[in-house]
Amino acid sequence: MNPDIVLEARTLKKSYHKDRIEVPVLKGIDLSVERGLVTTLVGRSGSGKSTLMHLLAALDHPDCGEIRFCGERIDNASRARRDAYRNRNLGIIFQFYHLLPELSAIENVLAPLMISQSALSYFRNRKEAKRRAEAMLDRVGLLHRAAHKPSEMSGGEMQRAAIARSLMANPSLLLADEPTGNLDTDTGRDILKLLRTLNEDDDLTILMITHDDSIAETADHCYRMKDGLLESDSAKLQVA
Amino acid sequence: MYRWLLCFRYLRTRYIALASIISVTLGVATLIVVNSVMAGFSAEMHERLHGLASDILIECHLSEGMPDPEGHINEIMDLCGDQVEGYSASVHVPAMLGIDFNGQLITRHVNFVGLDATTYDEVSHFGRYLLHPDNQNQVSFELRESGYAPGRDQFPSSGWDYRRARVAYEKALDEERSNREAIENSNSTASTSTQPSLQITAPSELFSTSSDGDVATEFDPSSEQYPGIILGISTSSTRFRDANNEVKDHYYCRPGDDIRMMFPNASDNAKVVNQKFTVVDMYESGMSEYDSTFAFCRLDQLQDFRGMIDPATGVRSVTTIQLKLIEGADLNAVRDALRRRFPAEVYAYNIQTWRDMQGPLLAAVRLETTILNILLFLIIAVAGFGILATFFMIVVEKTRDIGTLKALGASGRGVMSIFLSYGLLLGFVGSGAGLVGGLLFVQNINSIAGVIEKITGQEVFDPTVYYFTEIPTIIDPITLTWVMFGAMTIAVIASVLPAMRAARMHPVNALRFE
Repeated sequence: MNPDIVLEARTLKKSYHKDRIEVPVLKGIDLSVERGLVTTLVGRSGSGKSTLMHLLAALDHPDCGEIRFCGERIDNASRARRDAYRNRNLGIIFQFYHLLPELSAIENVLAPLMISQSALSYFRNRKEAKRRAEAMLDRVGLLHRAAHKPSEMSGGEMQRAAIARSLMANPSLLLADEPTGNLDTDTGRDILKLLRTLNEDDDLTILMITHDDSIAETADHCYRMKDGLLESDSAKLQVA
Repeated sequence: MYRWLLCFRYLRTRYIALASIISVTLGVATLIVVNSVMAGFSAEMHERLHGLASDILIECHLSEGMPDPEGHINEIMDLCGDQVEGYSASVHVPAMLGIDFNGQLITRHVNFVGLDATTYDEVSHFGRYLLHPDNQNQVSFELRESGYAPGRDQFPSSGWDYRRARVAYEKALDEERSNREAIENSNSTASTSTQPSLQITAPSELFSTSSDGDVATEFDPSSEQYPGIILGISTSSTRFRDANNEVKDHYYCRPGDDIRMMFPNASDNAKVVNQKFTVVDMYESGMSEYDSTFAFCRLDQLQDFRGMIDPATGVRSVTTIQLKLIEGADLNAVRDALRRRFPAEVYAYNIQTWRDMQGPLLAAVRLETTILNILLFLIIAVAGFGILATFFMIVVEKTRDIGTLKALGASGRGVMSIFLSYGLLLGFVGSGAGLVGGLLFVQNINSIAGVIEKITGQEVFDPTVYYFTEIPTIIDPITLTWVMFGAMTIAVIASVLPAMRAARMHPVNALRFE
């Protein structure tokens, strides 16, 4: 086991069934995400990128194959362990931000901490938690919008809030599913810049899913996905 | 923590859910009002019933009564003297009350009670319900000068003042009648007319009998009275509404009037005793079955009239012994001990507690309360289905948020608890609002009844039926707790299915939900 590998998938397969017809989505995926790098997974719509990301985030089960996080098998772990894995080890950001509309930006950022702690424990540590959430918001340049609800923010701001939320638990890996897919070019560029800064300053490992080759090219590693398969190593882009 | 935060936010932002708990609020408020009124009514009734009856009643069914009341009382004291606070012996006999009304006789069937004023007032609240304030403090069977029912405007003038005025008026009327008769007699002797003369019967003639004929000649009603009698107010009055729809009472007789009682004597070959009494006060307990059937006189007088004195020993017999027990005594245990001592096969005695006597009435009130509670809880249960439907809508609306929470590491149980807590919170808010509304309603129930009466023109609490001037209410904290608990439980139960649906939602499907 290579200690530099944060996340590793071996021969992952996943099919969906529709009216007794099997629709294979992933046909045997091997993937490794190295610590401290930005890895992208590029592919066209319907190629299985999001399905793979759901498997890697332990939101779904593969039909066969295995997923290891820092050497620990995660795909067949208990439900509680998988919940904890998403809560503490992973940060996830989505194309559509998925902020909770009833909560303000800072409350959204605090959500992972609220989930992981009991009400009493959270109440005891609330000042420290709030300080950290403010630091995260400050990091993504959104402190001035801390009290604002998602409905009062722009797309770029919402994605920044989502990034701040994903960093709250100090994760080992950030999974980003089309983080710029719903943003205009300039805003998308800002978000990518932010992610790169986080990678460089905090040594944050990022696995980003995108359909945009130009974004994929900015990554340290790139996997290209086509028809449920990752293309051979020769297709893997090495970007300096 | 996130559960409660989201619950409170949902509560503030989802007005449709608040609308769904209005029926819970109304149900809780109605339950509180109904229970408070029923409890007030029941307590009032309990107090009155208990006030009228002693704790334990030992009735003898023999016409001659218990031959040796002192011996009986000694035995009772030996048996359960430590539990007895007081006792009173009395005579109960069915009787016919006759009241002169415009020259005609009104008759009523009554239970005629001969009582010892001092001891009877100890075992029951007899004196409290009399109209004259002095009699309330110290029961007397002597007619008072005046001052009956001081707080009542409608009550006619009574007592010796009235009696003297009435006698003077009747005397004047008799004289006038005699003069007319004399004139008519002289006319009839002068003429040959065979026209029958108008016969007017004086009220006193209706009352005259052979038994008191001699006394009547010497008796001066303006300064003397017959043996005193206290009548239940409804035996001698009628309540009605006048043209202005106001409640009025009409009294066929009043303190100061003479009435006649007819009752059996105590011999085996019973004969009717026909005796005149002077009404000295009236008894108003608020319980119509008591007020319309009871009449009271002195025990020794009734014993004399009925011949309840053993000629050989001079011992006076009684028909009833009433016991007042000490606070916290077990009524049923004392009753059972007495029943064992005086078994029904040997003694023609009926031994009952006051609850036994009023059992059907108290049971009816209890049953009514229970049925009302069940029906109103069914209303809240129906409201529960409203909450269930609303919650399903909210769960569908929140599908993506549920997916987000699960992606952030929330467990299925955690998601479920959001909606269960939300249900609990809604139940709390709904029943809390109901509690406040219900308590305010109860506090102002009489003013509200007044407003309803003004709007509908219909009397809400008819005093001709209930004898209460105000609607009685009692707020029982235990009932309030149960009502709140029940309503919140229903709200939580209604949220279980939607919460389970949310908990079982697949995170991927939830995240992809459009």
